[in-house]
Amino acid sequence: MTRRHRVLPGFGLSLGFTLLYASLIVVVPLSVLVLRSAASGPGLFWAAVTAPRVVASYRLTFGASLLAALINGVFGIVVAWVLVRHRFPARRLVDALVDLPFALPTAVAGITLTTLYAETGWLGRPLAQAGIKVAFTPLGVVTALTFIGLPFVVRTVQPVLQGLDPEVEEAAASLGASRGQTFRRVVLPALLPAWITGVTLAFARALGEYGSVVFIAGNMPMRTEIAPLLVVTKLEQYDYGGASAIAVVMLAASFLLLLAVNRLQAWTARATSS
Amino acid sequence: MLGAALVAVALAYLGLFLVIPLVAVLAQAFQNGVAAYLAAVREPMALAALRLTLVTAALAVPLNLVFGVAAAWAVAKFEFRGKTALVTLIDLPFAVSPVIAGLVFILLFGRQGTLGPWLAAHGFQVVFAVPGLVLATVFVTLPFVARELIPVMQAMGTEEEEAARLLGAGGWTTLFRVTLPGAKWGLLFGVILSNARAMGEFGAVSVVSGHIRGQTNTLPLHVEILYNEYEFQSAFAVASLLTVLALVTLVARALVEWRSEERGIAPGPRP
Repeated sequence: MTRRHRVLPGFGLSLGFTLLYASLIVVVPLSVLVLRSAASGPGLFWAAVTAPRVVASYRLTFGASLLAALINGVFGIVVAWVLVRHRFPARRLVDALVDLPFALPTAVAGITLTTLYAETGWLGRPLAQAGIKVAFTPLGVVTALTFIGLPFVVRTVQPVLQGLDPEVEEAAASLGASRGQTFRRVVLPALLPAWITGVTLAFARALGEYGSVVFIAGNMPMRTEIAPLLVVTKLEQYDYGGASAIAVVMLAASFLLLLAVNRLQAWTARATSS
Repeated sequence: MLGAALVAVALAYLGLFLVIPLVAVLAQAFQNGVAAYLAAVREPMALAALRLTLVTAALAVPLNLVFGVAAAWAVAKFEFRGKTALVTLIDLPFAVSPVIAGLVFILLFGRQGTLGPWLAAHGFQVVFAVPGLVLATVFVTLPFVARELIPVMQAMGTEEEEAARLLGAGGWTTLFRVTLPGAKWGLLFGVILSNARAMGEFGAVSVVSGHIRGQTNTLPLHVEILYNEYEFQSAFAVASLLTVLALVTLVARALVEWRSEERGIAPGPRP
């Protein structure tokens, strides 16, 4: 390791620049946010984050994000399985399309889903006839969050599934395991670390999501108002303290999830290399 | 039988969440015909928004390109304490809500912000102006290039650079002649991804923009304004431009991935 330092130049310069840039763009601004919310004092901070409207927004944001991540957990594993193990027409096209929610601007996703699921929309009309309202209800929030979280589980599970040796499954089958048993006892345990990572990533992404949700949610206080929107509302009312307090709680949740994802990725790497 | 059923479930899920929305964007954009579509796209406010989006991306992407190369050089070519913490720091903007990314710059540079009064006294305006849009965009797109480059440059090892050095190449020559050509697909893809995000960003930009028409309105914000004014066809016409950008990004991703598969290099992790 020390030899490398001697042969390749630019360690000090590249690391110094990286730290300076990341500090100016990320660390300093986020620290200002934390300091701002601390400056209002613990009493005001607590009052801001426990106000009923704020608590309702947290409940909706966390609940809908979790539900959306789990929906993608179920279907993501099916999609990854099908993409790796089955051959069908246009498979590569379908594979490329999975990343659409990463690439499509969230505002476009928002207005499109709202138009589709409104009571006059292609999907909203038949659903409304069946008595299910999606747009402007919590279900609409879940729908938007499911859309933006769709690629995560597929993309974390897919490479692990590709690396899985079919011989192990054949061995299980030849030892008398049924297809269901082989899947539950052999395949699922191997996919578990990657699957949990994917679900956590989808959950983390959904927590902070704004653009795709604000159109379809209807944004009724206490009912369909997500926490990021409440931050924007407080800002528009020049309530910087209130906005900062709500944001700090969101930031803490994101930071914990990021650390969890790092741990999970290390676990996935260990599980797939052994 | 089970196989066919699984394929059907997967395709139905993707059809519902991906294909139908894509078709809907185009159907809504062209609902009043091609002439109405072209009129909506050529409207002066739409063109102003397009120009601002291009300017913002043209400033934010090169900044993060330089940062990404520097960060990847440090992380991929050297061992040092705190490397994991640095990589986590680079990833942090992925985890932060875009709304918070906008909020922090309001707290720093807004009228009641930490630096706001000083800036105002010296005639600078950051938020509700183009610099704020660029800053917020730089924040949200910061990880992309570094994230794509680090695994590619790690996989390359250091032998080629060491050989170049022993043959007398300087540090910059080594970087531009050996490292970056070897990592060109990762580099290219990082740029494509950050560009797509820069042009499509909504939440962060919405908070710092102030929504001044023709001045601080980017394409995604223009889509929102049109939609909220019930100009649905125009909103979807402008949205279709952003959709094409997304599709181009997907095609580029697929091409880069097939290229690197052919050459036996593992593609970088997805964001």
